[in-house]
Amino acid sequence: MTAHFSAENRSRAEALVALYPKPRSALVPLCHLAQSQDGWLSAEAMEEIAELCGVTPAEVYGTATFYDMLHCERVGRHVIAICTNVACLLAGAYELVAYAERRLGIRCGQTTGDGEFTLEEAECLAGCDGPPCVQVNHRFVKARDPASFDALIAGLRRGEYEGEIPRHGTLCRVERAVALPGAATPRTRRSGG
Amino acid sequence: MLTDAPRIVTRRFSHPDSHTLARYLATGGYKALRKALRMKPGAVRDEVNRASLLGRGGAGFPAGRKWSMLRPAETTYLVVNGDESEPATFKDHLLIERDPHQIIEGAAIAAYAVGVRHAFIFCRGEFALGLERLTQACNEAYGYGALGQRIFRSPFSLDIVVHPGAGSYICGEETALIESLEGKRAFPRIKPPYYPAAIGLYGEPTVVNNVETIAALPWIVENGGDAYAALGAGTSTGTRLFALSGRVARPGCYELEMSKTTFRDLIFDPALGGGIVGGGELKAFIPGGVSAPWFGPDQLDLGLDQDAVNEAGSMLGSGSVVVLDRTSCAVRLAWRITRFFYKESCGQCTPCREGGHWLEKILRRIEEGDGRFSDLDLLMDICDNLAPGVSWPPQQTTICVLGPSIPSSIASAIGMFRTEFATHISIGNCPLGTPGGARAGTR
Repeated sequence: MTAHFSAENRSRAEALVALYPKPRSALVPLCHLAQSQDGWLSAEAMEEIAELCGVTPAEVYGTATFYDMLHCERVGRHVIAICTNVACLLAGAYELVAYAERRLGIRCGQTTGDGEFTLEEAECLAGCDGPPCVQVNHRFVKARDPASFDALIAGLRRGEYEGEIPRHGTLCRVERAVALPGAATPRTRRSGG
Repeated sequence: MLTDAPRIVTRRFSHPDSHTLARYLATGGYKALRKALRMKPGAVRDEVNRASLLGRGGAGFPAGRKWSMLRPAETTYLVVNGDESEPATFKDHLLIERDPHQIIEGAAIAAYAVGVRHAFIFCRGEFALGLERLTQACNEAYGYGALGQRIFRSPFSLDIVVHPGAGSYICGEETALIESLEGKRAFPRIKPPYYPAAIGLYGEPTVVNNVETIAALPWIVENGGDAYAALGAGTSTGTRLFALSGRVARPGCYELEMSKTTFRDLIFDPALGGGIVGGGELKAFIPGGVSAPWFGPDQLDLGLDQDAVNEAGSMLGSGSVVVLDRTSCAVRLAWRITRFFYKESCGQCTPCREGGHWLEKILRRIEEGDGRFSDLDLLMDICDNLAPGVSWPPQQTTICVLGPSIPSSIASAIGMFRTEFATHISIGNCPLGTPGGARAGTR
């Protein structure tokens, strides 16, 4: 058996599987868990997820690559997503993207050489009353013009957002506290499998 | 006009701690669930039928009818659709972050009414804060006895699992959402069966309701379906969230009485949109999400009414209104909307997968100044392949409605602003001189 998850995350993973009537339903949550551990979704993680879900690693890869949030290649510690959809476009989102690319010296989809920043062009993030919308690691930040974008980058480099914005991959920092009735506990499931 | 209708789903938004159990209980939370549990499930369904609540996800299907279609079976499921991704729609996002307990209470009421014991709240992955608040609220609800075994000491038991999405617009389509919840690519399912109520999650009968639909249920149970139906007019009852964005002075999400308020009120009333940015002039508006045909200034006096907007040739859809002023380029808007659909196509059906891409490429070259005069006919010809006749509502050529929705904005933009397209082509540039241009994002 592959062992990519830490012991702690392995028991989290088994608890996630136990939440669903069929283990495959935990596939996406497990991919998020792997990203929270590693910052991205590695082949080793996908092998362990496949084993937990009862599918092949290729099925995990084939599913994960369908979804924008799951990164099967390394990304920066901070993934900066700028929405360019209609409401943000009307508020100058493409001008902000162009500035961000110059400022970071990368194009959308690329990562800075120091592994700090990945820049992405996002689809509508449902925050259209404060455009253009910018998220860092899926947390909304205010960076609507060059000056505030510069301040954001400087703040992220100085670690001013620690706590507020976790490292890329960490999605939900609140864990489910209640197991489902009749669900196998992580321990029994492990010894059984 | 602005009516004095009560705020229903946003009534706690003025409290900064509206997402906590303490605030929820202090503002009457979970009373409706207690009341529902003292009623027969059929009586709860009756109230929702009397309310004539239309689904708030986009299709506007009557919620009570959807419930009544649930095939009786040993195992049934409820899935709350919180995958809000229709561009310029930002209402469910607010409901999830600001009042997660209302969604949990609504889901419990719905589950009780239709006899479901296992529910999922599918929350869009990009809503990290929303996921945290929903998960926290779920934990609190279990602790309070509002979820789990024998809820409030009644015989009714319900488990709710908060499920994170991972970034895919098509998950909003209910059969795609179910596929995604099963751990697969979000491929919409072939119809028939048309409704998950017959064959849904894991092949079992499943009710899928939008977050805003679910959020209205506690108020309906507390105040009665008749009180809800007394708001609005005709089939458009109650209140609804309208997400207003674009070139408007006060963008925001406003809860308004249906039918009685007009697009003019929404966009120009000082308490709502407050008019066009900088006192500019309205050029056009998109009345119900980017799948909807556009309206011009002559349609401002239409009520926010599902039937009225349908009859006028568009839809209220997801309740998002995007305002274009004289500085907004129709070509650029049509290109960006088309690009969205092309990127979000799941790829199963050829008209959508290929057609969307061709349309995007042609619109891009027009916006970038490389267009040809024959492109306008070519665009409409491809649109005709995607949705024969390019009529409204669109004719279907694909498994789901994504592909046939692409022509709406293109047909609107060309139909309303043909000279703007011609100018792009003849001068080889965007006449509105948008700095950075489409090039900045069209690699």
